[in-house]
Amino acid sequence: MIEIKDLHKSYRMGSNSLHVLKGINFKAEDGELVAIMGSSGSGKSTLLNILGMLDVADSGEYTLDDVPIKDLSETKAAQYRNKFLGFIFQSFNLINYKSALENVALPLYYQKVGRKERQEKALSYLEKVGLKEWATHLPSELSGGQKQRVAIARAMAAEPKVLLADEPTGALDSTTSYEVMDLIQKINDEGNTILVVTHEEDIAHMCKRIVHLKDGVIVEDKKIEQVRAQQYV
Amino acid sequence: MWLFDRDLWTEVFHTLGKNMFRTFLTMLGVIFAMIILILLLGSSNGMSNGFDKVFAGTASNSLFVWGQSTSEPYKGFERGRRIRYKIEDAEILKREIPEIEVLAPRIELGSHRSVVTVYRNGQTSGSSVYGDYPEIDNITKKRLVEGRFLNKTDIEHSKKVCVIGEETYKLLFDKGEEAIGEDIRINGVFFSVVGIYKPNNNINIDGENAVFIPFTTFQKAFNSGDRMGWMAIAVEPNTKVPVVESKIKDILKNKYDIHPDDQRAIGSFDMSEIFNNISAFTNVLKGFSFFVGIFTLLAGVIAISNILLITVKERTKEIGVRRALGATPKVVRRQIVVEAIVLTAFAGLIGFAISVGILAILDSLWGSGEDFPFVKPMVSIPQFVISFILMVGLSLLIGMIPANKAVKVRPIEALREE
Ligand SMILES: Nc1ncnc2c1ncn2[C@@H]1O[C@H](COP(=O)(O)OP(=O)(O)O)[C@@H](O)[C@H]1O
Ligand SMILES: [Mg+2]
Repeated sequence: MIEIKDLHKSYRMGSNSLHVLKGINFKAEDGELVAIMGSSGSGKSTLLNILGMLDVADSGEYTLDDVPIKDLSETKAAQYRNKFLGFIFQSFNLINYKSALENVALPLYYQKVGRKERQEKALSYLEKVGLKEWATHLPSELSGGQKQRVAIARAMAAEPKVLLADEPTGALDSTTSYEVMDLIQKINDEGNTILVVTHEEDIAHMCKRIVHLKDGVIVEDKKIEQVRAQQYV
Repeated sequence: MWLFDRDLWTEVFHTLGKNMFRTFLTMLGVIFAMIILILLLGSSNGMSNGFDKVFAGTASNSLFVWGQSTSEPYKGFERGRRIRYKIEDAEILKREIPEIEVLAPRIELGSHRSVVTVYRNGQTSGSSVYGDYPEIDNITKKRLVEGRFLNKTDIEHSKKVCVIGEETYKLLFDKGEEAIGEDIRINGVFFSVVGIYKPNNNINIDGENAVFIPFTTFQKAFNSGDRMGWMAIAVEPNTKVPVVESKIKDILKNKYDIHPDDQRAIGSFDMSEIFNNISAFTNVLKGFSFFVGIFTLLAGVIAISNILLITVKERTKEIGVRRALGATPKVVRRQIVVEAIVLTAFAGLIGFAISVGILAILDSLWGSGEDFPFVKPMVSIPQFVISFILMVGLSLLIGMIPANKAVKVRPIEALREE
């Protein structure tokens, strides 16, 4: 599904240059649930942003579902993001003046899905995350956990090939975190490929594989026995 | 075609509607600009209409010709010779100059602008007395308050009838007294009143205190023979008055042995000149209104663009999210531009409604045009359409500035966690 080879990325700041990713090699198959771990500033977000086509690497190869991702125009990148990727952010990033339903429907709008179908689909995804009754509510009327579930529904609405979550539980208390992880696990159970960036051990162990980032390279990459989040909620 | 993309409109209205207060503030500039533009345009239209009303009843393409004294000696004649026209001149001019549409000869009792005593039942008035043809009514139309104007039969039968001015009526009759059918006496001759007129608003060629009798009656009653005092002439619609004026003068100069360079012998007044001056004035006024209005509008639209620019900054995060979710640069740009257009158009319509209301109030207060030339201040549909198109066009152009700013938002910068 995802394959990157010898990925490099550095940030230039004035005359200095900060080499963040120093040759990353990584492969994720269909249906995997991968935790990307590392201390703060280790380049987890940088890597995820490159995978999410929000940023570009300085060198290296990246293929997504056998499509080489290279020299994309802004327009092409937007289309690929829409078609291939679903984003889940630490701070949810819901549009605050849109209802839960409208937020979920937004990627479908950019996919030019018809109005009615869009609404129906969005509602079914809200139902999936258990927030059907909250469809008409604004984000400000939702709790943190609910917001993240709306964000997850939004990420899934366009039926992407890969879900990318950057610290999805970073802004949540532990119970709520487990609820969100429970949801992510269930989505993964249905065969969706998910990459979760986290620096929390317990969250990482709810995935099926942990990739450890340090000093710009992958220092560890292991399959693990998944801890089900269900038992904690 | 984005114009028919219902989702885009929903999205735009949604965004604007969810931020009502900001939307309203953004629109203020354009609302005021539109009010100013429409008020200026409407007022200049009102003035233009006002002038039209003042001159209503006066043919614009007309001139008046009368005789004065020569200022050059010629063919053995001394200078200072008085030029007196004959009634036959009217026929000659009409025959020689086909551009003349109407020619109404006139003769005045006494010398020019002098008054004659008119009697009735012991009351008197000092009035101007004119012998006229009914055709004069096609050049300076009388507003009759009662009765009728002179007609063909009056001329043919030299009827002893007259049409009098309102002022004359007031002097000769008691208030509310019936005048039609009553006799008045001029130089011992009795004339029966057939009509009373009120002067046209401000333009006043004949005065309000005047008595009009048929030309032929005048000839017999006052023994004026074949003399003719002056001529009111209307020229064909597509002919320039000065052209006809000089043709008339050439013929008359030739007939009365006037030196070709004599500027004074023949008096004339070109009515079209006044009309041209006034229409030039009102056109300048309208042009100025448009000019000022368009620049105010430009300022208003720039204000919208400015505020959109600020909101783009505020919405960086939102735009970043949209980009991450698959909004292409084109979609982002289009949304901002359409927001600019919708805001402008909506504000323009509000401003238009308000200003039309104000114009309606002005109209009901002063729109009768009695005190000063101001009648029906309103904008025409073409004026509105042009203003509107210009406004939307401007907003489209200027909306590109915040739109391009929005496109430059890099999703990764927008989404960075603090
Ligand atoms: N746009 C940028 N410009 C300069 N430095 C950056 C930029 N983005 C990230 N960095 C730096 O790169 C390093 C890795 O950042 P990041 O990928 O966000 O780490 P993580 O998500 O693992 O905490 C950090 O030191 C950060 O300060
Ligand atoms: Mg990070």
